[in-house]
Amino acid sequence: MGLKTPLHDIHVKSGAKIVDFGGWDLPLSYGSQLEEHHAVRREAGMFDVSHMGVVDLAGARTREFLRGLLANDVGRLRSPGKALYTCMLREDGGILDDLLAFFIAEDSFRLVVNAGTRRKDLDWIGAHARAFGVEVRERADLAILAVQGPAARAKAAMLLAEGDRPAALALPPFTAATFGSRFVSRTGYTGEDGFEIVLPGEECAAAWESLRAAGVVPAGLGARDTLRLEAGMNLYGSDMDESRHPLESGLGWTVAFEPAERDFIGRAALERLRGQPGARLAGLVMEERGVLRAHQRVFAPHAASDGEALGEITSGTFSPTLNRSIAFARLNAADGPWVSVDIRGKRHAARIVEPPFVRHGRALIPL
Amino acid sequence: MSSIPRELQYTRSHEWVRRLPDGRLEVGITDHAQSALGDLVFVEVPETGRSLRTGEECAVVESVKAASDVYSPVDGTVVAGNPDLAGRPELINQDPYGAGWLFRAQADGAAGGADLMNADGYEKYLAEQAH
Repeated sequence: MGLKTPLHDIHVKSGAKIVDFGGWDLPLSYGSQLEEHHAVRREAGMFDVSHMGVVDLAGARTREFLRGLLANDVGRLRSPGKALYTCMLREDGGILDDLLAFFIAEDSFRLVVNAGTRRKDLDWIGAHARAFGVEVRERADLAILAVQGPAARAKAAMLLAEGDRPAALALPPFTAATFGSRFVSRTGYTGEDGFEIVLPGEECAAAWESLRAAGVVPAGLGARDTLRLEAGMNLYGSDMDESRHPLESGLGWTVAFEPAERDFIGRAALERLRGQPGARLAGLVMEERGVLRAHQRVFAPHAASDGEALGEITSGTFSPTLNRSIAFARLNAADGPWVSVDIRGKRHAARIVEPPFVRHGRALIPL
Repeated sequence: MSSIPRELQYTRSHEWVRRLPDGRLEVGITDHAQSALGDLVFVEVPETGRSLRTGEECAVVESVKAASDVYSPVDGTVVAGNPDLAGRPELINQDPYGAGWLFRAQADGAAGGADLMNADGYEKYLAEQAH
């Protein structure tokens, strides 16, 4: 028995297949995972992501505190509502979590963290916040709905008071605003346009039902995973964890080395690793039939079967949009573009590509 | 509840076996198995002429979620793999006991498949597995 979101009973009644994810009982799919995936790419789907942790920070020195805590620089967030994707690192550069930070007001920021790391994150954040007099509050009272797809924002705006809808629909990407009891951000984990809506747990079921009545398709963790991998987005625990640093996890772009005088936790370790040869996270696409999966080993194209692997796949799946298999692989020194992947003892050719694979319904890699 | 046709026989690894009028056997995966796997995206069927031993891995079905081996329910020889599955693996989800058959085989001897369960046995087995 795991933790349950306020929508658990609705998921069960809808016939969802429930699985454990980070200690939570969550829907894997409600029927066909492929149809849920396509609904998001073509129209609108919704995910119950209430397992994710909302952490509110308050205090005059909150921005200063976060500039030292996070590898990306919240100093870049100038207008209220702006969001930043960032890693939170250990001193040695290992990734404690990846999260979103929202600038709400000079004395108020909101973080959205992963479910599986929530406890650890709160301990870490709390321990470092004390010196800055920043108050850390976990918002277990809140639920989160992600409504994603080309038609998602128009449908989700119906959850708001009529007078608030124009402002919500005018939110630029990676920006949030509060409308009544709802905190609406134009963010997501699918590579499509959409909103993520943070709202009181007790209002969540009614919101879900009205979205469903508006034709938004409930989608589970299965579709969430194929969508995020197509969109070239990492999954914590699969593509990176505490034993990996951002530069070997495809997340170098989220580390703000400038300004040079900003000293964040993990900076010294990353400065040493920067510019050195090392493993990199690459995208792979398979030309043949078959499915790339996590932990399959990747070799140079004609390497002997007892040869040394270049690395292994961290996330792999069948891409419903591209109709072929795609993956992330952590590789040492691959000349590319071709590699060979060991799938159940047989070698299969795959091509190294630059993620993302899909954005806004369209392939971004040569097929 | 998953569908369990009366006229078929079943294995503990969730394959079904149909005895065709010409004495050959048709093999697929059960409704329970396809439902557990979810949307199938890739199927590898055994080549015609391949000889099979009971319990040996002889086909692979992959869903978006996972790859799963299919085990031969009999000793025998493959006489045909289902040619439609290469292009339409979803046939297994849509019609696991019909258009989604995996392969046909000629069993060695007449006895083939002594360990197979009938529909009642398989239903009981699924109920036990669920607890």
